[in-house]
Amino acid sequence: MEILLATAVGMLTAAGVYLILRRRTFPVIVGISLLSYAVNVFLFATGRLALNAPPVLNKYADVPYSDPLPQALVLTAIVISFGMTAVVVMIALSAYLSSQDDRIDMSENTGDDV
Amino acid sequence: MSLFLIAALPFLGAVFPALLIRAGRNASSASAGATTFLALLGLLVNAPAVFRGEVVTARFDWLPGLGLNANFYLDGLGFLFAGLILGIGLLIILYARFYLSREDPMGQFYTYLLLFQGAMVGIVLSDNILLLLIFWELTSLSSFLLIGYWKHLPAGRQGARMALAVTGSGGLAMIAGMLILGNVVSSYDLTVILQNKELIQASPYYMPALILILLGAFTKSAQFPFHFWLPHAMAAPTPVSAYLHSATMVKAGLFLMARMWPVLAGTDAWFYIVATTGLITMVLGAVIALFKDDLKALLAFSTVSHLGLITMLLGFGTKIAAVVAVFHIINHATFKAALFMSAGIIDHETHTRDIKRLGGLRHLMPVTFVIATVAALSMAGIPPLNGFLSKEMMLEEAVHTTWLNSPYLVPGVVLIAALFSATYSFRFIAHVFLGPKRDDYPAKPHDPGVGMWLAPAILVTLVILIGLFSKAIVGPLVAVASGAVIGGGELPYYSLKIWHGFTPALYMSIVATVGAIVLLSVHGRFEQIWNAIPRPEAKVIFDAIIGGMTALSRKITEGLHNRSMARYSAIFVVFVVSLAGYAYYTGTDSVPTRIGIEPGIMPIIGWICLMGATICLVVFHHNRFVSLVLVGVVGLIISIGFNYLSAPDLALTQISVEVVTIILLLLALNFMPKETPWETTNERRFRDVIIAGISGLGVGGLIYALMMRDFAFPSISEFHLANSYKGGGGTNVVNVILVDFRGFDTFGEIIVLGIAALVIYALTEAVLGTRVRAHLLNRKPDMPQSGDAHPLMMVVVTRVMMPIALMVAAYIFFRGHNLPGGGFIAGLIAAIAFIMQYMASGFSWAAERQKVFYHGIIGSGVLIAAITGMGAWLNGKPFLTSAFGYIHWPPLEEFEWATAMGFDLGVFLAVVGAVMLALESLSRFAWQPGIASEHAMDINPARDDDEIDEKKEV
Repeated sequence: MEILLATAVGMLTAAGVYLILRRRTFPVIVGISLLSYAVNVFLFATGRLALNAPPVLNKYADVPYSDPLPQALVLTAIVISFGMTAVVVMIALSAYLSSQDDRIDMSENTGDDV
Repeated sequence: MSLFLIAALPFLGAVFPALLIRAGRNASSASAGATTFLALLGLLVNAPAVFRGEVVTARFDWLPGLGLNANFYLDGLGFLFAGLILGIGLLIILYARFYLSREDPMGQFYTYLLLFQGAMVGIVLSDNILLLLIFWELTSLSSFLLIGYWKHLPAGRQGARMALAVTGSGGLAMIAGMLILGNVVSSYDLTVILQNKELIQASPYYMPALILILLGAFTKSAQFPFHFWLPHAMAAPTPVSAYLHSATMVKAGLFLMARMWPVLAGTDAWFYIVATTGLITMVLGAVIALFKDDLKALLAFSTVSHLGLITMLLGFGTKIAAVVAVFHIINHATFKAALFMSAGIIDHETHTRDIKRLGGLRHLMPVTFVIATVAALSMAGIPPLNGFLSKEMMLEEAVHTTWLNSPYLVPGVVLIAALFSATYSFRFIAHVFLGPKRDDYPAKPHDPGVGMWLAPAILVTLVILIGLFSKAIVGPLVAVASGAVIGGGELPYYSLKIWHGFTPALYMSIVATVGAIVLLSVHGRFEQIWNAIPRPEAKVIFDAIIGGMTALSRKITEGLHNRSMARYSAIFVVFVVSLAGYAYYTGTDSVPTRIGIEPGIMPIIGWICLMGATICLVVFHHNRFVSLVLVGVVGLIISIGFNYLSAPDLALTQISVEVVTIILLLLALNFMPKETPWETTNERRFRDVIIAGISGLGVGGLIYALMMRDFAFPSISEFHLANSYKGGGGTNVVNVILVDFRGFDTFGEIIVLGIAALVIYALTEAVLGTRVRAHLLNRKPDMPQSGDAHPLMMVVVTRVMMPIALMVAAYIFFRGHNLPGGGFIAGLIAAIAFIMQYMASGFSWAAERQKVFYHGIIGSGVLIAAITGMGAWLNGKPFLTSAFGYIHWPPLEEFEWATAMGFDLGVFLAVVGAVMLALESLSRFAWQPGIASEHAMDINPARDDDEIDEKKEV
């Protein structure tokens, strides 16, 4: 199980990094999303894996629980990464609509405010 | 009054002038004056203690770990300076009220002035050198604002920049020097440092610390070769010049030298650096001042000269010289501030400061004539005025000083300086006020109202009184202040009086005065020669240095930045990977301690899907729709994975965020190209694949290694599991962590989320305010449109779904504390329920029925969370401490209430508001006139683009 998760995280990271090295806004945004997945799963996995042990207390039996702390952190991280993605998308879209160009490189002759 | 309050008052009061300017200029200036007066009063309350020789302190540990404490102390020296700052500040505020014209933003002026005043008071009262440095930098910044107050004048802006560059860089050097000093003594408290003279002077770091600290002091006090900024700062309004450049800011450097005198002075290095610099500055400033035609420039160079004089006295390193320095600080502040104000009056009434265009003003402006003449005579050192007293004492000290075995050098140079000093003082009187009345003044001069001449008149009165009754008026003050400078011990014998008998100093004074009259009579000829000699212009040199540095930094920046974002990202990734690689190859590795879980068949299938989707995503990313679909697939598998790996809360969150994110990206893609063009070369792609592959390998390897080992340190999760029910009243530990244990984090998160949504809203507003709007309004769809924008089935289904979805959201919300769910997830589900309406029935239809602003929903969410948190205060508990209990209403089941529920409600609302505001903003881009329909289910039979076009043309 661990090896599956590790390879998946590695794959997501690699794909994310490859896409953020592209030259247009859209693939970069998709790359950032993939990287967020990778980071979230990574953080989650730092609590170590467990099957059938949700961190919901059982009043009647003494059962094992998975680590709740990374889960709480990742939960907010997921929501925040949505906020971040939305802002980045908005900036990209505004830039594209303003200049009719979705390249992320600044060209030589245009200033920052164009 | 507590020292904290004295230092804080100007800062607190700085708000009022800016606000009260709406109530008129009098209200604004009165508030500034009242603040200063209050602070001055607070200072005077402490006077008896100070004159008894006590040291008033106020201590507060701010960041004790860094040695940064908000410690203040008030001794004689601090009292003298604070008194000067506040007392002259009060006069300046009065003067400026009448000096500034109606066009000048007076509220701003007083706010800046009070900020500056607060920073100055902070410097002189600080007992902690780190705190002192903070105030020191604050004076540089606030003086920048004051010098550049007339923003429309290029000279003002340039002068402000120059002053900031010179004093600011000196301040940086001083920070380094102070840190060294603090390290040597291992305390940043001045009182401790001042008791460690032997330790500091024996330290090998004495020289570097001395030079760095002196750099700070010399730049601030305009000592050669940093003197050039002061004349350029004269572009400031005259009240600023009178305040900053005569009495306060330029004296900060002197204050520092005086403050540090007990530990730094007394060595050869101190004598040769400080005394020589002071000597050069003194004579140079005096000579240049004589040839300046601008009244304020003359005064500026004369200030440079007098600052040099005081520096030199401090540099002598003898106790008696230090006493004289303190006495001259008082005298200089009184006559020079009065002179600046007189120059301001002349400028104000005649509309010129050019000496060549003035003359004969004594008949037209008698009051100003008297004030300026008394002050100028004091500056020249004519008895019985106060300038004479301190000058005599200075000359006496100079006579006894040997420089490199030469007993004549110092007295000789000082005599020249005194001669020129007297000459320019006489010139100020003679060429401005004496002589025949002219008829070509730019304006018709007359004396100003009492408001303007009152302040200089008070100062001039002091000039005379201190001259006549020095011992009675300033004797005790000089004694306590000098006592603080020399750092304890007996004060040397000195006598503040006019007549000391026939001493060498008296002869020198007579020579200087007589010589000055002779020199002034040949001033015209002398000036021709002076103007014929080529001289280095400081501003040109300064501009060249700054220009060179700008060019250099631009070169470095442009060498590193080629405006390619992809390149920066690549550099960043490679750097991080190299760091990780370095850590891996130099660190130690432990053996795995855990046994992995055997994967079943389902996880393997999921893994294959995930890997496949990711690879396809990279390969087919040029088709943006396909990549979006694949992102959805990845997100879905990850949420299933979370569920499988015992994280039901994460699974729920991930899947609902996924829905929202994909809708968001789809909406954005609507306006963007649907294809990413092939642009990069094969080599470039190969390079990127290598970078990506290595980073993927690294991250995958790291998490694998992590998962196969146990925790290096005991985890705090055990605490959360054990206390979740007992302390937080909930069995869903993840939710309890979010709303209780780490509630403050969550509170921050929802605020961030709300800010993100507001940013999106603001961006939309900004973009739609430009020509983009016209472009969007005329946009033609670049893809075939669906004939039926709002299909009947979908509209009906979503409307039926709406209450059900909201009910699910409510259910998820309420069970959240004990079972997977909670505010975040419920908020996302509710948002999706609303978005469905937008999608199915159209933006206009849904927006019309949307009665509450999303901004308000975000705000109320944050407020509810905050109020719930503050509720704990009522119980005397810290912010966000939760309470809970159980209620049993037969025949219902026993149920639980928890304040955490209120907090979670805030989270819920903030999430709903933020998500909806973001998506709504984005969909506003799509709005075009004519697309709004009264009927949600409007069927458009025109399936063909050509027909749409035809229809529009008709």
